[in-house]
Amino acid sequence: MGAVYTLIALGLTLIYGVLHIINFAHGAALMMALFAVYGLNQFFGLDPYASMVIVVPGMFVFGYALQRFVIERASHERDENILLVTLGVSIVMENLALIFFHSDTRSIDSDYTLSTVMLFGCVLARAKVIAFVGAMVVSALLVLLIQKTDLGRAIRAVAKEKQGARLMGIHVEHVYAMSFGIGMASLGAAAAFLLPSFYVNPTVGNGFVLVAFTIVVLGGMGSFLGAWVGGLLVGVVESVGGLFLGDSLGQVGIFLIFIVVLLFRPQGLFGAKP
Amino acid sequence: MKDLRSILLFAVLVGLVPVFSHSGVLLNWLMMALFATLLSQAWNVLGGFGGQFSFGHAVFFGTGAYVQALLQLNAGLNPWVALGGAVLLSALLGAGLAGVSFRYGLKGSYFALVTLAFAEVFRILALSASFTGGGVGLMLPLSESFTNMQFSSRAGYVLLVLSWVVLALLITAYLRHSRFGAYLQAVRDNEDAARALGVNPFAVKCWATVLSAALMGAGGAFYLQVFQYIDPNLVYGSHTSIAALVGAIVGGMGTLWGPVVGAMALELLAELTRNLFGELPGINLVIYGTLLILIMVFLPRGLVGIIDRWKAKSKTARSSLSAAKTTNPATDPGEWSTSGEPTTQPRGDGDAA
Repeated sequence: MGAVYTLIALGLTLIYGVLHIINFAHGAALMMALFAVYGLNQFFGLDPYASMVIVVPGMFVFGYALQRFVIERASHERDENILLVTLGVSIVMENLALIFFHSDTRSIDSDYTLSTVMLFGCVLARAKVIAFVGAMVVSALLVLLIQKTDLGRAIRAVAKEKQGARLMGIHVEHVYAMSFGIGMASLGAAAAFLLPSFYVNPTVGNGFVLVAFTIVVLGGMGSFLGAWVGGLLVGVVESVGGLFLGDSLGQVGIFLIFIVVLLFRPQGLFGAKP
Repeated sequence: MKDLRSILLFAVLVGLVPVFSHSGVLLNWLMMALFATLLSQAWNVLGGFGGQFSFGHAVFFGTGAYVQALLQLNAGLNPWVALGGAVLLSALLGAGLAGVSFRYGLKGSYFALVTLAFAEVFRILALSASFTGGGVGLMLPLSESFTNMQFSSRAGYVLLVLSWVVLALLITAYLRHSRFGAYLQAVRDNEDAARALGVNPFAVKCWATVLSAALMGAGGAFYLQVFQYIDPNLVYGSHTSIAALVGAIVGGMGTLWGPVVGAMALELLAELTRNLFGELPGINLVIYGTLLILIMVFLPRGLVGIIDRWKAKSKTARSSLSAAKTTNPATDPGEWSTSGEPTTQPRGDGDAA
């Protein structure tokens, strides 16, 4: 679970780090990706992991278009407006899903769901092992993309100094939308890893959005290493909290971490002093 | 003075509706619209005038509703007395929440997230605690009389909530014309500059939250009195926070009539869609969300902003006729805040003249 959280948080931290906005629609977008994976599996019999080939590019295009045609136009150069717009987007997506799919909770049956593997003497659900390894690989790829490619260099340049990057001939709006798209695409991958061992319903994103924010805040806004450590940490806290306090109260633990971190160390564990 | 006159006019006009009409549909709509107005006004005090966007105003709403219910059920208090307790405790919660958030310098998105997290924590706690009845919720025994704050017709509720809306309008008018309101808007527009001029941003923001939370708590108490039933998802759920916020933004943030116009328009739209599509779950929120996006893209100053722009246009037309070219910086279209320099003027909303 922690590794998938990491992947979700990486998308969020990328968007935050570059655009300096908090994407409220992150949870709703994850929900949408989950439904896409679910739909492909139910209607076309596509393997959830194979559906990544469709869902990841799909989410990328969605994210690019959303940033370019909706968020950018509504921002009027004010961060608060972006916050409100992404909130609006999430409300719309969540409730459209509610209308079309109703509030039933669904999950898929596949060979992965019940099979287990032995690893270091522990019996582990196979789907969770695949999710862990896969999420780690994708997040490593994401870091490579940011560190080694021209696009990654452009993204980092825009994140650091927007005006300077523009003067160097970087198309800032395009880079913004690319970052948003990549953030969304990582959600697509997360959804594919998540679904075999998880479920989907229209409000599933809500739980994740605060968890992802907690991770990002815990790790330090815009820090990749922070997102990794934060993701694993929160995964552990949730499991341990759930074990001792029951599932619903275990969630409270996450929110409390979130509030405490925001209050006392808003720069996070790995973030620089603001 | 102009504000007071228009508030009085509004109160009389709306107050006369139940006298002349006994249509259940109309009165029910009016009650829900005024109720939504109250929530939007509450949000507007902190979000519109204070610039602190809360995404979790339901936390005050739910607390008001639960305190109102528990004081009646467990302490046997009269609802009118309980109302005092509900408002007071919501205000105290507002003070506490604002105290920790602003003490540690949370602003912008961080503040929005923390309020959202608080609302979620309260929702989950209310679901698992025993004295709140958990997921089953709390039921108020039905006994209709004035002393019980339960009315046999919607007219009673309309007048009750109207009086609170008028109170909220008066508070908003106070924010527009008082020194405290000027401080608050100065903090919204440029906190550092306001501080440099001797304003204490922490205290100002805390008081704004207290006012906002108290109004929201009253809204929660009203909800309980009307429907006599609450559960954690109903009163702490995010839809309440969203309704409060969207109403204020659609109407126009930081204005006197914006929340009224916005909330009424939204309620009207909700009623129309109910007639068109029937009871589809979530359709209202789809519309709220779409409107929120559209308003942010095309009318960042809200519906009231159109009227101002139109007023400004007709004024410049008139003044150019008299060959006296005046520009009015307060009604610069498309831009609803002057972020560059501190201004203690109320933003052009109605009485820019």
